[in-house]
Amino acid sequence: MSGVRVLVGTRKGAFILTADGKREKWDITGPHFGGWEMYHLKGSPVDPNRIYASQSTNWFGQLIQRSNDGGKTWEPVGNKFDYATVPGTHQWYDGTPHPWKFARVWHLEPSLTDPDTVYAGVEDAALFRSTDGAQTWHELPGLREHGSGPRWNPGAGGLCLHTIILDEKNPNRIVIAISAAGAFRSDDAGKTWQPINRGLRSEGIPDPDAEVGHCVHHIAMHRLRPNSLFMQKHWDVMRSDNAGDSWEEVSGNLPTDFGFAIDVHAHEPETIYVVPIKSDSEHFVPDGKLRVFRSRTGGNEWEPLTKGLPQRDCYVNVLRDAMSVDSLDSCGIYFGTSGGQVYASADAGNSWNAIVRDLPAVLSVEVQTLQ
Amino acid sequence: MIRVILPAHLRTLARVNGEVSVEISGEPTLLSVLNALETQYPVLRGTIRDQVTHERRPFVRFFACEEDYSHEPAETALPSAVVAGKEPFLIVGAMSGG
Repeated sequence: MSGVRVLVGTRKGAFILTADGKREKWDITGPHFGGWEMYHLKGSPVDPNRIYASQSTNWFGQLIQRSNDGGKTWEPVGNKFDYATVPGTHQWYDGTPHPWKFARVWHLEPSLTDPDTVYAGVEDAALFRSTDGAQTWHELPGLREHGSGPRWNPGAGGLCLHTIILDEKNPNRIVIAISAAGAFRSDDAGKTWQPINRGLRSEGIPDPDAEVGHCVHHIAMHRLRPNSLFMQKHWDVMRSDNAGDSWEEVSGNLPTDFGFAIDVHAHEPETIYVVPIKSDSEHFVPDGKLRVFRSRTGGNEWEPLTKGLPQRDCYVNVLRDAMSVDSLDSCGIYFGTSGGQVYASADAGNSWNAIVRDLPAVLSVEVQTLQ
Repeated sequence: MIRVILPAHLRTLARVNGEVSVEISGEPTLLSVLNALETQYPVLRGTIRDQVTHERRPFVRFFACEEDYSHEPAETALPSAVVAGKEPFLIVGAMSGG
């Protein structure tokens, strides 16, 4: 029987939520790694029982955990992230040069074809790859050495590579995003990279149309339409239909176009979801109402989805990796909040339920569809 | 044998309860204790000091015999009471909440 497994990373541990295909009754295990920041967990598309998890604290640094049984048991694997070349400097918040230094892994992206291959997006921004089940990590230095690196500057959370998109139709294509450098694309499996930020406009940088320096918060892609990318930028929701060569704004009638999370319906490539956040200094939903906005037109025309979500006195945030979709016939949408709730919709967003509501602040939500 | 007390999270990682003991060949120093500890418990690599630079992680402190060894050079000899096993070497997570 089909079902779903929801992998939730929080400020103080990981939790795993499972349900059958009806998605009404949920079993919850955890906290796994209680007390540690679990920035991201993600399962292999080719072996769902293989899950990778990023575990860190400011005290004891970065670890990577791996499960081979769907999250029942875990083993620590390689945690040495050594830049391949002398890393040099990026910009600090005040524009002065600042030495590149590894801090943590923000995002793990398992290969679409090999359960032992996994990519890691790290702070300070770089892309690493392991081909031995995360035992050893090797940087793909062409990104950091693109040449624009000295002009990258950190977002509030650090200079983080937080988005990694693989393309099942084109194994040589990788799209990544960095706060605050922007989006980059490789068409040769990560050897060389080009910035793909044309059309982005950011008032917080000296040249609003600069080639790099944009605070891209997240990018989503439908697997069957890889040239269409949807971006939640610091401000502005954007789309590209040429794999990032150019972007156009599709914020349309959103109440605010600041936000972090964005995702695409599993079966409808033009149906996208965002959670508008009031502003870059007020990281909570506007008007005390938690609303997911859905566009069935690939942007510009948005409808609020509120049934089952708190519509008064709610001031939570939803972070960039804290939204995910399942691929059951009736697409499920999931997101987690800074207040520790994980909401799920089994009907593409028409109605919502809190499937757990008192976790530590949620950092990431990933869903595995199990057959 | 050098007795070492780890912070709770590292005991969990290393799957040990209470204090641990490490064997040192040669003169026991800060460096040799950390090397021995990471050899005996590979999962601790990177948690106490950076794997590349070997710098102590900023939120980790080293105490022994009521003295702070956090900022001493790596080749600093451990106090005789620690070498004799009368006192433990303490690795402590900085008391900074969170």
